[in-house]
Parts: sequence; structure tokens; C-alpha cells
Amino acid sequence: MRASIARAGAVIRKELAELRRNRLIVVTAVLLPVIFLIGPTATILTIKASALSTTLDKRVDYALFMPLMVSVLVPAVMSAYSVVGEREQGTLEPLLTTPVTRAELLTGKAAAVFVPAAVLGYLIFGIFVAITQLAAASPVAAAVRHAPQLPAALVFIPLLAAWAIWAGLAISTRVSDTRVAQQLAVLGSLPPVLIAALMSFQVITPTFTLVAALGGALLAVDCAACLVVARLFDRERLITGTRPSRGIPAPAAPQDIRSPAS
Amino acid sequence: MSGDSAVHQGLDETGTARARQAPRAVPAAVEVSHLTKVFGGRTAVSDVSFSVAGGEVFGFLGPNGAGKTTTVRILATLISPTAGSATVAGIPVGPEGAAEIRKRIAVMPESPGLYQRLTVTENLDYFACLSGLPRRQRRVTEALAAAGIADRAQDLAGSLSKGLRQRAALARTLQNQPAVMFLDEPTSGLDPVATHGVHGLIAGLRDRGVTVFLTTHRLEEAERLCDRVAIMSTSLRTIGRPEDLRAELFAASLDVTVAAALPGPGRVFDGLPAVQGWKDAGPAGSGPAGYVLTVTDPALAAPAVTRALVAAGADVLSITRSRHTLEDVYLELVAGTEGSPR
Repeated sequence: MRASIARAGAVIRKELAELRRNRLIVVTAVLLPVIFLIGPTATILTIKASALSTTLDKRVDYALFMPLMVSVLVPAVMSAYSVVGEREQGTLEPLLTTPVTRAELLTGKAAAVFVPAAVLGYLIFGIFVAITQLAAASPVAAAVRHAPQLPAALVFIPLLAAWAIWAGLAISTRVSDTRVAQQLAVLGSLPPVLIAALMSFQVITPTFTLVAALGGALLAVDCAACLVVARLFDRERLITGTRPSRGIPAPAAPQDIRSPAS
Repeated sequence: MSGDSAVHQGLDETGTARARQAPRAVPAAVEVSHLTKVFGGRTAVSDVSFSVAGGEVFGFLGPNGAGKTTTVRILATLISPTAGSATVAGIPVGPEGAAEIRKRIAVMPESPGLYQRLTVTENLDYFACLSGLPRRQRRVTEALAAAGIADRAQDLAGSLSKGLRQRAALARTLQNQPAVMFLDEPTSGLDPVATHGVHGLIAGLRDRGVTVFLTTHRLEEAERLCDRVAIMSTSLRTIGRPEDLRAELFAASLDVTVAAALPGPGRVFDGLPAVQGWKDAGPAGSGPAGYVLTVTDPALAAPAVTRALVAAGADVLSITRSRHTLEDVYLELVAGTEGSPR
């Protein structure tokens, strides 16, 4: 797939401009992370310095897992709209008759969701860590600071966001109803969250090696997902909802063409 | 409307398309050969062949589900044919030529297809960028002016009336100066003033040498604007200049109206020069009566008919040449197939 940076950039700018001008989307995209910030922060701040280490560990596990959900839910919903939304606005047909390639279109659409989703994910995590370091009891703050999930989260935020985006885009190319696309995208984005959950709740201990291995694996899955979505992005299927037919048709009915001008 | 100057371009004083007189010796802009498209078990387009000359305004008519949009989508490289072949701007339609064709065409679907939350200028600039156009700002400005929507350039597309959205969509298709422009129902849902404006724009395109492939249900629109029309109903039913289609399908005739029914019309009309036959045009009564005369040469028949009527003592109210419209042609060819399984 040959891509032009100028065209992909145009797609990114257009997507961001549309997002920016839809206040409801901006408000909900910010509100959701804030909700996911309030719960974990309150959990950490209410732990007393004298709390048992097991209680402390459980709460820290929970608190460090919840912000990861932001990296999944926000991009899943946004990317699910990206193709089905074009269809809904009637812009898909004129868009697909331009020389823009699949690679440019998909890269642009994915980047336009990835950048705000990753920034939001890191921002929420940063705010959470900052608040806990400033306001939590000293042993609690130290527990958060030294939790093995913290570096793991930094690795997994962009990788989970990328997975959610490709899942959302894949569904968006095959579904004609926005609500169905968004619900399926949320469901489709959850499988890798399971791995993050296992690490966050220390069912598997997130050592450096394990995080690197799982991170590498998720990166490979993200790359493969990108290729799968590119294959799913078929102009004919997008326009007609059916697979391109290559078969030999039935014999045509005899024609009675009247052509006086010929 | 700032596009009024463009509105009248290409239309003569009667508002009909000019330049129908002589076929143009230019290479075909669109060439379709035995094109067939099957969706599952349903044949949408069956063995269709035609060509469109460069600079021609070509009308593509047919009932709903006749395969018009499918044909346009094949030519616009959105879907692939099941069988047959086509070229657009000299490039074969297929995976290899798709990107090149997309650089040379513009498609305006029935829905304007504008991003509601972007301004008109932003919409155009986005598509200009995707089309890789040089000097984008100038192109956008010129296209907006040509479409008569320059004064609304900074308005959000979602805030425009339907007529203005159609104009903005036309501006979007104009800006990449396409060799072939596909317009699908460009006046659908527009009021007469907005329709007139769009007609002017299409006529202006002809003057600029753009090949226009116009899909429409409005037969008077096709008759007014198109050099040639094709009537589809899954397969091609007919193709030609509107006047040729009328002449081929309908014999010349005269409409005769007299103050009172003739006691013996046969005695008056039979044997007159160039008159082949006659029939009553309406129920007999005490008021004016009408007759339709099939003639070989209206110019020869009309004076003879007038003389015969006067000699028979009839008060002649009018003798006019019957004019069949493209709608008559369309109904003659398509009415029987409308609603039949396709």
C-alpha cells in the first residue's frame, strides 16, 4: 500500500476538525476518563497509612487497572463511527471516488483517533499518579510509585488504544448501523484488556521480560490487525454491502435496442 | 444568486440544449462494451454497450432499479463488473486503471455528500487535497464562484439549504476539472429556482468541454440538457438524440380542433395529400371536437386539411403539429417493464 503523507494528513485534519466541532463527543470523550479517574483516585486516597499490605495491594491493583479502560473505550467508540459515519453522512461515495488509497484513508482515520486517545490515556494516568503522590498517605504513595503495573501501563496504553482502533475500524467497515458498530467495537476491544487485567491484578506478575514480551506480541497483533482492516476495506463491499462477484453471469436476455442516432 | 451569469450559459432562448446538430468528431470519453453486473442471483445490469463522446452531455434514464446507479458505480471504479468492459477517459476500468480514472472523474451522488460540521471551503479543500490538486486555494475559490456559492463559503455545510448544498457539491466536483463528470439526480428535491440554477451549471460544463454523464428521472431535464439519452431497464432499451427517438417511435401527426363534430370525418380526411389516417381525439359532444391525423409530411398535409375543412363548412379552431416529448418515448419503452421483476 503506497501512501501519501499529504492525503493521510488531510484525513487526520478533517477527522479532528469534525471531532472538535461536535461538542457532545468532546464532552463525553472527556467525561468518561474523568469518571475512570475519580474512582481509582478516591480508592487510593481513602486508604489509611496503617492499612494491611494485602488491602493496599488490592486497591492499588484496582486503581492502576481502571485508567487503562480509558485507552480502550474512547478509541473503540470513536473509530467505530469513522467509516459508518461516512456512510451515514452520504460522504462515502464521493470519498471513495477520489484517488485516496486505503492506506491513506485508514492511516489518517486511525491516527486521528490514536493521538487523542493515547494523550488522554497518559494524561489520566499522569493525573492519577500525581494526585496519589501529592495527597495519599506516604506508604500508599510509595506503593503506587513502586507498583510493577505502573511501567506496564505505560507500555500498554498505546497498544490497547491501537487494538481498540483497529477493532473499531474493522467493525465500521462491515456494519451499516452506527449503534451496532459502536457496541460491537467496545466488545471487540476487550480481549487484550484481559491480559492487562491479569497483570494489573497480579494474576501474572508484570516483570520487565513479561511486559516486553506481551507488549511485543500486542504490537505484532496491532500490525496484523492493520493489514486485516486494509483487506476488509473493499470499495465495492462498502458501497453495496455485498462481496464483489466474479462469476460468469447467466446469459443476457435478448435486447431490443433502438438506436436511431447510431 | 451570484451564479446567474453561469445559469444561462449554453442554453438558447427556448432553454433547450444546443450543439445537438452535429455529431462531434472527438474520442469517446466513456466506452462501455457488454457490461454486466450480477449481485448474488440478481442481474442489475445486463449486456449494456454504448459510448459517450468527449464534451457530450449524456442522459442516462430509467426507472428505479434499472441499473443506472450500478453502471455509474462501475464507471466510477467503485464496483467491478461481472462481465464486459469499459473505458473512462481512455483508461480501462479495472484495478490497474482505477487510480488514474479517479484522477480524471468527479462523481456527484444523489445525496450531496458534504461533511456537515465543516465549512463549504473546508469540504472543498479536503477533497482537493485527497485529489492531489495543485494550487488548492485558487481552485476552491474558482469552483465556489462557478457554482455561485462563493458568498456562503465560510458557512457550515450543515447550515445550508438543500439547493445550496447541491451547489456546494457541484463546486466540489468542478474543482478538479474532471474530464468526465457523473451527476446522479443533481436536481432531486430542489425547487424550480434551484433546479434552474443547476441546469445552468450543467450547461456551463458543456461549454467548458466537460463530458457530463447525467442520471436523472426528470425527463424534461434530460430533454433540455442532453445531447443524447440512453434509456435503461436492466438492459439498454434505446439510445439516441431525443428528437431522433421521438421521430423513430412516433409518426408525425396533426391535431385538428373544430367548433363542432364533423358529420362525416372520413369524407373530409380520406384521400387528402400526405394524410395516412385519422382518429377522434375525444368523445363526441355538442362542443368543439378534435381529430388526430397521421401524416407523412405535416407541411404538405396542413394546408390540404385546412382547405378540406373549410370546404366541408367546418369552423376550424386550430391545426397544430403534434409534439411528442421524451416522456412519451420513455413511457413507450419503459412503462411495460416498470415493476416487473429484474
